[in-house]
Formats: sequence, C-alpha cells, structure tokens
Amino acid sequence: MKQFEIQNLSAWYHQNQVLSGVSLDITLKTATAIIGPSGCGKSTFIRCLNRMHELSEGARLEGKIILDGEDLHGQQIDPVMLRRRVGMVFQKPNPFPHWSILDNAVSGLKLTHRLKHSDKFSIAESALRKAALWNEVKDRLNQPGVSLSGGQQQRLCIARALAVEPEVILMDEPCSALDPIATARIEDLIHDLKKNYTIIIVTHSMQQAARVSDQTAFLLHGILVEMSDTNQLFTSPKDSRTEDYITGKFG
Amino acid sequence: MRKKHTSREYESELKDLKSQLATMAYDVKAMIHDSMNALQKKDIKLAEEVIERDFYINQIELEIDEFCLIILARRQPLAKDLRFITIALKMVTDLERMGDMTVSIARRVIKLQKMPPVKIPDKILLMAKSVQEMLQLAIESLLESDATKADQVLEQDDSVDELYHQNFRYLIKLMAQNENLIEPLVHLQSVAKWLERLGDHCTNLAEFVVFKVSGENVRHVSRAK
Repeated sequence: MKQFEIQNLSAWYHQNQVLSGVSLDITLKTATAIIGPSGCGKSTFIRCLNRMHELSEGARLEGKIILDGEDLHGQQIDPVMLRRRVGMVFQKPNPFPHWSILDNAVSGLKLTHRLKHSDKFSIAESALRKAALWNEVKDRLNQPGVSLSGGQQQRLCIARALAVEPEVILMDEPCSALDPIATARIEDLIHDLKKNYTIIIVTHSMQQAARVSDQTAFLLHGILVEMSDTNQLFTSPKDSRTEDYITGKFG
Repeated sequence: MRKKHTSREYESELKDLKSQLATMAYDVKAMIHDSMNALQKKDIKLAEEVIERDFYINQIELEIDEFCLIILARRQPLAKDLRFITIALKMVTDLERMGDMTVSIARRVIKLQKMPPVKIPDKILLMAKSVQEMLQLAIESLLESDATKADQVLEQDDSVDELYHQNFRYLIKLMAQNENLIEPLVHLQSVAKWLERLGDHCTNLAEFVVFKVSGENVRHVSRAK
C-alpha cells in the first residue's frame, strides 16, 4: 500500500531548480533511503513531503504529492497538522535547551496546546519507550534535555516526533553527528519503528542506507536516477550513474 | 572510457587484486601444461617440480584471501566492486583445487614409470589442450571484464565432457583387450577425470566473471542446459 505518491515533483529556491520531475512511490511502513551527493536535492525532497520546503524564502514547487490518497497541497490540508502526521528528525539533535526531558518529549503537544496535564506523563513514557530511551532516562525526567549525550538527544527528538502520533517520520541525516554506537542504536530503532511508521531517511552513508532501508532512491542533480529494492541497488544497480556513485567513481 | 574510482588507493587495490588472481591462474595453467608434458615425455623431474609448485599456489590463495578481507573491512565495497571481491574469494578456491589436480596428474606420471608403458590417448591430449584454452579465456574474460569470452568457456566445457566420455569408452575397450595394461590404463583414466574436473573449474571461473560483469548469476543455469 502506498503512503506517498510523488508525481513529477520539481522544486526551486528562487531561480535555482533543485528537483526536476521526481516521481516515485513510498510504501506504507517501510524504510526508504534517499542517497546522492551534496546538493542533489535529497533534503529538499523530504522537506517537500511535510511542506517545510515552502517555509524557505523564494521556495516553490510543481508537481503532485499524494499522502494516503490526499493531495498534500489540497485546500483542506493544514500544514501545521500535516507536520504532525509527517514528523521530522534533523541532522543535529535539537531538544529545547531549557526544557526537561519530559517536557521535550511532549513538546509537540505542549506547543499546540493539546496536552492535558494528566496525560503528559503517560504520553511521554510511551514516546520515550518507542524511542528506546525510557530505561536510560526514567530516573531523571526532570533534568534538561541537553544534559543527555548526543545519541540520547537524537532519540529524545525521535520521541518528540513520535509523541504526536505521526504516520511518517522523515530523517535528515539523523546520525551524522553521532558515534558508531549511538548510530547503531538509532539504526536499530529505525528497524523497530518501521513496523508501525513509514520512515524516509536521507543519508550520506551508503552503508547506513544499505543497513536500514527496504528501498533506496538515488538522486543526482535533482533527478531521480534510480529507485530499487535496497539489496538490488547495492549489489547490482541498473543505472551506470548509480554504479559510479556507490562505488566511489564520482567527481 | 572506463571510469576510475575517486580514491586512487582503492583503484590500485582492486587492480592489484585482479592482477594477483590472473597471476595465480597463469601459474595454474603452467602447472596443467607441465604436468601433461611430464606425462607425455615421462619426465619425472618435471612432475616433481609441478608437485613442489603447489606449495606456492596454496600460499597465493591465503594471500588473496587476506587481501580480500582487508578490502572488505577497509573499503566496504558495493555493486560491481562487491561482486568482484566475492568472486575473487571463490575463484581462489577453484584455482587452488585446480593446482591440487595438476599435482594428482603429476603423481600419476611418477606411478606410471613403474608400470608397463602405454600410449597416451589423443583424446586425453585434446582434453588437456582444450582445458588450457578454457583457462586462458577465463583469465582474459576476467582481465578484460568480457562476458562474451566467459560464455565461450561455458560452451567449450561441453566438448571436454564429450571427449572424456569417448576416452572412457576407449580405455574400457583397451582394458578388455589387454589385461596386463589395466593398472596403467586406470591411471590414465584418472588423468582424464582430473582434466574433466579442471574443465568444470574453468567453467566456475567463467561463471564468476559473468556475475562480476553483469550481476547475473548463471551458475547451475548453464549446467542445466
């Protein structure tokens, strides 16, 4: 079943076209990796999927993005509510510095005033458990989020995204600032999360893409070169440009 | 023009690996040639030399194995590079076994010296020639990444098998006619069997090259045809 249908998506920043006619489908409850060299449009692509792209100055797009059969740019879509359905985890963990671990976990609900005080603890516990962080923080929930290690902060950000009960989690190089052990924890978490959520991860690490994803899309100069089953793409890619990129014959 | 890896070090490691494999294969080819030469010329010294050379083939196998492990650990190769490393690990095993088979032929040469003389059947000599051609083609297909040459190896194996069966019938007939030659003829039959097996190993090498070049796994498929 399709979570996203992306049809002929093009995107610009002012005059600069960063995506050209990208069409692909994202299957429900799978992990999809987006790979490609710097500047190929990977981050712009996922930012289009929760309408964050349009928040940048001079940004515009053409084409269609269908989420669960619904046009993302349809009049009935509220972008703020959409970003709850399609959460995002960024490159650098960014917990609210003065907020406690507990408040950080439920910040998405706090900021939209949808949190009943009585629910706060149970929602935070559930999100922190799903983010595989609960056992490490349960005895210090009132300490600031920034007191955690980098890897724990990133899992706190994942918990924050999960607390608003999204359908999709977008991850923009979520492990680039983490050590190998913290990276392995996040990758394990992705493996667990995709049972219940659709994951789309942008990564510079081809090994990471190979480890965590079910399908991989390779973007080059804003064009989708190839999207295949991950096992297929990393052992026998169909396109010679993919072959050149993943074997390091690029540039 | 073939694109090179951005990392020159990696490019040169893969090139080295290919050349080490080709060198090992050429050494094995020379051992096939020399063991058959020893058989024809009843040259015990040459046969003993072939047996000694197997030690170096075993050493090269270990070296290539280790080199592949290092490349896997340090470079984490993908796509064609990954396919190359995996086939390299398999090819050395085949080549090492081929070396052992030439030793078996050389040992037969030594044993035959102590027995009534027998003429080497033409079919055995033809098999030996064919197997060396197959190995040469397999090496060239590896060096040139040429799946067409690899396909030729697969085709040629059928004729080696056919020669083997013809030779087998011929030797049985000879044994029936000359009871006192049964023992040396059994040794010749063993030589033919090793040659037929050498042909099979050449086929394996060629199939690995096809996989490396195209990503297509033709093992067992070609055999079933």
